[in-house]
Amino acid sequence: MKINTMAEMIANGETPEILFWVGCAGSFDLRAQKITKAFATILTKVGVKFAILGKEEACTGDPARRAGNEFLFQMMAYQNIQVLNGYNIKKIVTTCPHCFNTLKNEYPELGGTYEVIHHTTLLQELINEGKIIMKEGGSFKGKKISYHDSCYLGRANDIYEAPRKVLEALDAELIEMKRCRTNGLCCGAGGAQMFKEDEPGTSRINMDRADEALETGAKFIAAACPFCNTMMSDGVKNREKENEVAVLDIAEMIAESMV
Amino acid sequence: MQYLQQALFVLMAISAIYLFAKKVGEIRRNIFLGKSLDLSDNTAIRWKNVLLLAMGQKKMFKNIPVALMHFIIYAGFIIINIEVLEIVLDGILGTHRLFLPLLSKVYNWLINIFEILALGVLVVCVIFLARRNWLKLKRFISKDLNGWPKTDANFILITEIILMSLFLVMNATDQLLQQNGAAHYSSTGSFIVSSSLMPLFEGLSTSTLIGIERTAWWIHIGGIFAFLNYLPYSKHLHIALAFPNAYYAKLDSIGKMKNMPEVQNEVLYAMQPELAPANAAPPASFGAKDVFDLSWKNLLDAYSCTECGRCTDECPANITGKLLSPRKIMMATRDRLEEVGKNINQNQSFIQDNKSLLHDYISVEELRACTTCNACVEACPVSISPLDIIVELRRSLIMEESNAPQEWNSTFSNIENNFAPWKFSPDDRDNWVSEMA
Repeated sequence: MKINTMAEMIANGETPEILFWVGCAGSFDLRAQKITKAFATILTKVGVKFAILGKEEACTGDPARRAGNEFLFQMMAYQNIQVLNGYNIKKIVTTCPHCFNTLKNEYPELGGTYEVIHHTTLLQELINEGKIIMKEGGSFKGKKISYHDSCYLGRANDIYEAPRKVLEALDAELIEMKRCRTNGLCCGAGGAQMFKEDEPGTSRINMDRADEALETGAKFIAAACPFCNTMMSDGVKNREKENEVAVLDIAEMIAESMV
Repeated sequence: MQYLQQALFVLMAISAIYLFAKKVGEIRRNIFLGKSLDLSDNTAIRWKNVLLLAMGQKKMFKNIPVALMHFIIYAGFIIINIEVLEIVLDGILGTHRLFLPLLSKVYNWLINIFEILALGVLVVCVIFLARRNWLKLKRFISKDLNGWPKTDANFILITEIILMSLFLVMNATDQLLQQNGAAHYSSTGSFIVSSSLMPLFEGLSTSTLIGIERTAWWIHIGGIFAFLNYLPYSKHLHIALAFPNAYYAKLDSIGKMKNMPEVQNEVLYAMQPELAPANAAPPASFGAKDVFDLSWKNLLDAYSCTECGRCTDECPANITGKLLSPRKIMMATRDRLEEVGKNINQNQSFIQDNKSLLHDYISVEELRACTTCNACVEACPVSISPLDIIVELRRSLIMEESNAPQEWNSTFSNIENNFAPWKFSPDDRDNWVSEMA
C-alpha cells in the first residue's frame, strides 16, 4: 500500500482531498502506529485521496503550550503553519484529539486556517455515505464495548456522538461508564502529564478510569485518542485484565470489521 | 416618637446603602487591577448565556433535586424583595402596610405568594444546612473549607432562616392585632402560612403583640441591611456576580487556550527579522505571578465563586488525591486579591508586600497536577474557569522561572530538536509507511 507525502503528490501534479495529520504518537509510538496504519488502510480502501506530511510534520506544540512553554508552542505553530500554508492545505484529518484541537482552534489565530476534522467524524461520514461497509457478523457483533471520552474531543470540542455512532455501526452493545460525555473522567495524560511522573496522590488517574471501564463488564474499551489508549491499556494491565479486555481505537475496530 | 423612628430608619438605610456602595466600589477597583481583555463582542449570545446560565441556572440542573431546591431559594429571594420595597417605604414614611389600600384584594394574595416562598426558602435552607453539616458530602467536608469558609456558608443559611422566620412572625402577630382591633393594623385578610403561627401568640396583650410585631419588623429589615453589607465579604456574592460572569463567559471552543500575541510576535520577529519594528520593547513579563497579571475576567471569576466545589469534585487530579483543587485556586485568588485591596486601602496605592499569588497562595505542586481536562470548567454553574488561572501561573513558572520538572525539560528539548516529545529522529517520522501491507 503506497502512502503519499504532500511533496510526492505535488511532484506528481496531484492534490489530495485531505491531509492526514499523523501526529507524534501516531508516528513514533509502537501502539499508536497501529492506529495510524488502521486508519490509513481504511482511507485507502474507500478510495479517499489523502497525503501525509511525512518528515515535514512536527509536533503541534500542544504539550508545550499546556505545560506553560508558550515560546516553544509558538515556534512549532509557526513552523507547521508555514508548511501547511506552503502546500495550500484546505482540509486536515487527525487521529489525535490534541492535534485536532490545536489545529482547529488555536492555529487560525496564528494564520493557519483549515477545515479540521477528527477521524471519528470522518469515519461516521464515510459510514453514512455507504463508503464503509461492515462485514456480516463482524468480530464486534453483539460484544460489549465501553467508549472512553477523550477530553479534547468531548468537553473541548463537543464531539460526543460521532464516535458512538461509529461504534453502533459495529452492531455492538455500547455500555456507558458512570462518568461519560460532559462528565467523562480524564485518562490522566492531558496537559503534558503524559510526559512526566504523577504528582503525589492516593492513586493514579488512569488506574481509576480503567477500573470504571472494567466495572462495566465490557470486553472492549474503545478510545479515540492515542494517549487515552496508552493510559487505559496501562490501567487494564495493572489489573491484569489485558487478556480479557482489549483497549482499541475506533479506527482499528472499523478496519477489522469493514468489507 | 414616630418621627424619631423614621429618622432612625432613614439613617440606618442610608448608612447600609453607603457602606455597601463603598465596598462594591472597592471590589470593582480590585477586579480592574487585572489586565484588560475585550469581551464586548457577540452581545446577543452573551445575553442568551445570562438567561440560560445565570437566570435559568442551566448547569445546576445536572442534579435536578438540588437544582430545584436552589431555584426555590433564588426565586424566593428575588420575589420576596418586592415586599422589602414596601417595608422600606413604610420605614421612611412612618406608615404601616402602605400598599394595602392601593392594592386591596390583590394585596392579600401577593403576601400569600411571598409567604409560600418564604416557607419554601426556610425549608430548603434547613435541608441545605443539614446536607452541608451532617451528610458528609465530600465537597462540603473538604479541607478547602476549613475555618472561615465553612462558617460563612452556615452563617448565610442560618441568616436566611432567621429572616424568613421574622417575616412570618411579623405577619402572624399582625393578624392577631387586626383581630384585637389595634390601631393602625388594618384588615388584610388571612395569610396562608403565618396564620398557622397565630396560636403561638394567642392570649398575649395588645401591647406585647405590638412589641413582638415591631421587634420582628425592625430585626427583619435591619437583618436585610446587615446581610447586604455582609454579602461583599462572603462567598454569597455569587447571587450578584453570577450574572455578569455568565455574560462574560468564554464563547470560544472550550479547548482553545488564550493566545499570547506578545510571544507570537517575538517568535515571528526571530524567524522574520525584517518584520520586527525598529524599537520593539520586549514584553515585561510572561504569564501570571500575581493577581495583577491575570485578566479582569479571572478576577471577576474569583469574586463570583461560591465555593460549592463542583469543580473539585470532578477534577481528576483531586479525585486521585493530588494537592490540586480548582475551588482552592479560586479561593486563593480572591484571598490574595482582597489582601492587595486592603494594601491599597491603607497606602492609597499598592505597596510591594513581597508576596505573590504564585508560591505564597498557590503552590507549584498544585499547578503541576492539572491535566487541562476542562472538567472544572464544565462543572462550574457560574461560568468560572479555574483552568485559565492555572495555565497563566504555569506560564509564569516556565517562562519566568524556568521552573519545570526534569522530564518536561527533556520533553521541551525533544520537541524543539526532534519535533516530537520523545527522543526519536525526525527522519524516522514516516517509518511506519514502509511497514504498510
